[in-house]
Amino acid sequence: MGFITNMINGISLGSVYAIIALGYTMVYGIAKMLNFAHGDVIMVGGYICFIAMNNLGLPPVVAVLLSIVGCTCLGIVVERLAYKPLREAPSLAVLITAIGVSYFLQNTALLVWGADPKAFRSILDLPSIKLFNGQLTVSPISLVTVAACVAIMVGLTLFTTRTKMGKAMRACSEDKGAAQLMGINVNTTISMVFAIGSGLAAIAGVLLCSTYPTLMPTTGSLPGIKAFTAAVIGGIGSIPGAALGGVLLGIIEIFAKAYIGTQLADAIVFAVLIVVLLIRPAGLLGKEIHEKV
Amino acid sequence: MNTLNLSRRSFVQLSGAVAASAVLAGCGGGSSDGGSASNDGTTFKIGGIGPVTGAAAIYGNATKYGAQVAIDEVNAAGTIKMDLNWQDDEHDPEKSVNAYNTLKDWGMQILVGTTTTTPCVAVSTETNADRIFELTPSASSVNVIGGEEIGADNPRKDNVFQMCFTDPNQGTASAQYIADKKLGTKIAIIYNNADAYSTGIYQKFIDESKALNLDIVSTQTFTDDQTDFSVQVGDAKSKGADLLFLPIYYTPASLILAEAKKQDYAPKFFGVDGMDGILTLEGFDTALAEGVMLLTPFVATAEDDATKAFVEAYKKAAGTSENPNQFAADAYDCVKAIAQAIEAAGITPDMTASDICDALIAQFTDSSFTYSGLTGESSWSTTGEVTKTPKGMVIENGIYMPLDEE
Repeated sequence: MGFITNMINGISLGSVYAIIALGYTMVYGIAKMLNFAHGDVIMVGGYICFIAMNNLGLPPVVAVLLSIVGCTCLGIVVERLAYKPLREAPSLAVLITAIGVSYFLQNTALLVWGADPKAFRSILDLPSIKLFNGQLTVSPISLVTVAACVAIMVGLTLFTTRTKMGKAMRACSEDKGAAQLMGINVNTTISMVFAIGSGLAAIAGVLLCSTYPTLMPTTGSLPGIKAFTAAVIGGIGSIPGAALGGVLLGIIEIFAKAYIGTQLADAIVFAVLIVVLLIRPAGLLGKEIHEKV
Repeated sequence: MNTLNLSRRSFVQLSGAVAASAVLAGCGGGSSDGGSASNDGTTFKIGGIGPVTGAAAIYGNATKYGAQVAIDEVNAAGTIKMDLNWQDDEHDPEKSVNAYNTLKDWGMQILVGTTTTTPCVAVSTETNADRIFELTPSASSVNVIGGEEIGADNPRKDNVFQMCFTDPNQGTASAQYIADKKLGTKIAIIYNNADAYSTGIYQKFIDESKALNLDIVSTQTFTDDQTDFSVQVGDAKSKGADLLFLPIYYTPASLILAEAKKQDYAPKFFGVDGMDGILTLEGFDTALAEGVMLLTPFVATAEDDATKAFVEAYKKAAGTSENPNQFAADAYDCVKAIAQAIEAAGITPDMTASDICDALIAQFTDSSFTYSGLTGESSWSTTGEVTKTPKGMVIENGIYMPLDEE
């Protein structure tokens, strides 16, 4: 029974990683940049939801929607102010800017909300579901997380393959110049990508904080890095890859903790990244792209 | 006290970020006759240092007002006169040393402080060199007194004494308490092995449990920044532990309580003083902490007259409706213990600080010297560590209640 419990916990944790990784992979796949501030947008999403529920007394559904709207706006603003001026700059400059934005968001949160951790109340206040005479317990929030992960993955895949905007995004991803010649507004498309990515970050933030009910300005950092690892393992740029990588990473982390040792869990997670990169540099589901010289 | 080790990192990140409460910041030199630098020979000059602004302000204010209540009582009793000058250090070692120098210029003879551990390590080195007697209400690390296990690079500070428990001693006390009261037959432990406070308590707890034949069925660790406790709690649950010992701070403890609820696991939870504060965690569902036990030297809801009178006086002095925490009681006891020692040793205010220091050291380390106050009956070893009986508390309906009087 311990094995099954760990598996459930692993999938639940992995689904949170997967949702964050989907945001990373969206932005990377289309804008070709690593948005290291993604983890901090998650944190902001968590705070917005916390304040909406605790201080304003809004119902959870409204709080979550507010959080999504807030993060989407934040994503668009950050993109406009910090990334758009660097559209033609070398990728290293953009990367460093992203790290700067990450620090900016963290420290702003520190100023606004203080360093004291907040206890986040789960958006779902339901008792755990007991199976097999209580030997197995599943929390409703885990189920919601897994469902949300699957829904988002399917939704994003449909969006990028079926809709006009999605197709425009893929076009931008393949060749910005050619896309522009075909009449696609590249800037709007990339803003759209950031809007979607940040909206996903809000959902991830709410689910993350509901599963592990603590909130502080650094809440998003470590999950952000791990989700980035998950996105790379799955093949960065690939939507199913991010989901697969996230779930795998969650399971590996929980199993490493349970059967090898809690101290080594993080080391193992990142060791897996190294191994995957050595064997399959493009990630599990990533396409190998041969750079044209 | 120990909560501060936890927050040290946050404080560094925070420096300058927190809006200082200017009202309190100005209170440092509030003593009316602070101008009389030369001692008139009738009043003891007691200095106090602790963060009354910044993120650790809750601890500094508690100690400041706790000490003030005691000073007022001593003065009202009339045998000796004391004057308190409290300086803010914002939980910063450098500012703390500056505050100490300010107090020295004022003519301080005895120091009650500092409230928090990191500044106290710095200031205690200074008082040791200057031969000024120091009694800290709440700086709990052995580095403060220069414990024996520290070694040659951290020499003993014979002039520094603690009113609170040294970190590791909480482990011993907890194990004894659990064994005495037969609180659990199968014990699980979750501790932070990246943190000296937590591992220190854990080690002593394990040593003592072996001596007392306590059955430890599960020992799990975690490190800072970890938020997933499903494995640790799951292990304790699957091993059938009926008591979960948590020698950790309240933030991870709140996550463990939530995880236990999620797993439908309800053992007895037993914490240490790092648990103190869980009820004030913003947004925390206090129902989760229902029945959590912890050892602490002071319970504000206790029914004895001394505690009741102190709670009353503290609320008045601090202008608050909240009950004082153990920091306030520790500071109160510091002043009262010093007053008792001064009378017992026949110390007079016209003596120099270093003469007072020597006389107080002799008095505090005297085997017959005990002080009975709000935080129990205290006596001191030659290392400066306090020995006293901790009180068990249990959280009922969102408030701390004494465990012994059930």
